[in-house]
Amino acid sequence: MSVDQTTVRRIARLARIAVTDTDVSHLQGELNAILGFVEQLNEVDVKGVIPMTSVTPMAMKKRQDAVTDGGYPERILKNAPSSEDGYFVVPKVVE
Amino acid sequence: MKTTDLAGMTLASARDGLKAKTFTSTELTKAFLANMETARQLNAYVLETPEHALKMANASDDKLAKGQGGALEGLPLGIKDLFCTEGVRTTACSNILGNFVPTYESTVTSQLWRDGAVMLGKLNNDEFAMGSSNETSAFGTPINPWRASGDNKNLVAGGSSGGSATAVAADICLAATATDTGGSIRQPAAFTGTVGIKPTYGRVSRWGVVAFASSLDQAGPIAKTVMDSAIMLKSMSGHDPKDTTSVDLAVPDFEAAVRRGVKGLKIGIPREYRMDGTPPEIEKLWKQGADWLKAAGATIVDISLPHTKYALPAYYIVAPAEASSNLARYDGVRYGLRKPGKDIAELYENTRAAGFGPEVKRRIMIGTYVLSAGYYDAYYVKAQQVRTLIKKDFEDAYAAGVDAILTPATPSAAFGIGAMSMASPIEMYLNDIFTVTVNMAGLPGIAVPAGVDAKGLPLGLQLIGRPFDEETLFAVGQVIEDAAGHFHPKRWW
Repeated sequence: MSVDQTTVRRIARLARIAVTDTDVSHLQGELNAILGFVEQLNEVDVKGVIPMTSVTPMAMKKRQDAVTDGGYPERILKNAPSSEDGYFVVPKVVE
Repeated sequence: MKTTDLAGMTLASARDGLKAKTFTSTELTKAFLANMETARQLNAYVLETPEHALKMANASDDKLAKGQGGALEGLPLGIKDLFCTEGVRTTACSNILGNFVPTYESTVTSQLWRDGAVMLGKLNNDEFAMGSSNETSAFGTPINPWRASGDNKNLVAGGSSGGSATAVAADICLAATATDTGGSIRQPAAFTGTVGIKPTYGRVSRWGVVAFASSLDQAGPIAKTVMDSAIMLKSMSGHDPKDTTSVDLAVPDFEAAVRRGVKGLKIGIPREYRMDGTPPEIEKLWKQGADWLKAAGATIVDISLPHTKYALPAYYIVAPAEASSNLARYDGVRYGLRKPGKDIAELYENTRAAGFGPEVKRRIMIGTYVLSAGYYDAYYVKAQQVRTLIKKDFEDAYAAGVDAILTPATPSAAFGIGAMSMASPIEMYLNDIFTVTVNMAGLPGIAVPAGVDAKGLPLGLQLIGRPFDEETLFAVGQVIEDAAGHFHPKRWW
């Protein structure tokens, strides 16, 4: 499979990365090289093979569903590019 | 002792020297700080923390004077910039993290400080650990302390843990932390004549380590000797309730396993690792390694790992898919770089366009594509099925009685900085051809220096072990180290 420029723009949009026209043609070539490379997986017979979900067969440990951490908003906001009154600030989302 | 003597020591001998009070941690730390200053052109450190280091060394000296202290008391280490360090800038060498200063400490580093280690600074790596030459770092490329004989061209130190490997090889830390998603510990170790071990998936906590591909990422050390890597891994390992994939298993005494020998062990040589175009000197080294192990009492057997060639293509679906999901968190809102836009979507897009480098963008794009509606089964599910088959190859070999598998660590020695700039991304990816299978199967793997090529550049051999059997890797690795000797670059910087 290979991607065209419209698809590259669609993927960029899904990935939330702004792209210029030059980016698009570069990315198209690079993505197609990678997709061409992974094509060889089609040679492998995977009929009935269970897809891997965990490399180590182990049951995930579960803890009691209780609050075990938190209560320090100032630490959470410490690296925020913009914050006010204990909140992250973003451009207006709802009109 | 002179600065050069102190900084040139192994971790084990420095530990003994501190215990015997031959020198203090402050003296040792100052020796490294002095070496770091004169080695700045190697670009190994992206942040030096001398004040922090001297404070920690001073505290260690108090403990050592009273005959107290942990397993790493007073020993100066370098930390890959992928590990979050409380109050100390952590960037994953990406512009998108900008001046991120964590308010928490990664589990691995907190265990090192618990055991008394001293932090010298943060080490260079490929942006988000995506690369095999450390050339994708926002801080520029570290320079390999090794040069081809009679040549003064700068070489890469490998990647993604290029800063860690450079710092260890250049004596500007005793040992370093590193991480490995497809070969990022073992390939740079092989390129610099150092030892690097990627433990079994789940052996070391991933909590507080900047995530790349969570089902493949695993932290481990780069060190000067097999023994040093065992000492480091002991402190880094252990169950952590904050990482649900960390395994609740007792951490063995790795140090005790180093001198166990290989008598009676069965070492597998996988025929699929004989690739077209592998330089004859790497073939020769591989044969040499097998001969050394045989001479030390191991049995060498030919084995088959039939799905080997599919590991790299499957990796380039799984790793970008997980990366695209993990890196969705860099949104310009909660931390790091922010580039304004007319609305929130444009803010995200502008921030991520400005903050991520080309390799990271490429991988996020591939990952987004293979996970998108209509392609998920064709790519992602298929790759995970192939991964099951890769793991089964190893399980079959181990079930047949193989204790460890010997392979080359890399398909070549270190190459020139910029040498791959015109190549397709695939050519760079091929660097990990011998290492990536290990991550796909979650197994432990160690790279041990075993010789030099015709140009005098170091080459490494890799040993792959059974799940949670790092001990055998240390034992076999030590036999190779004993036979091959140690490798030090000639100082030119």
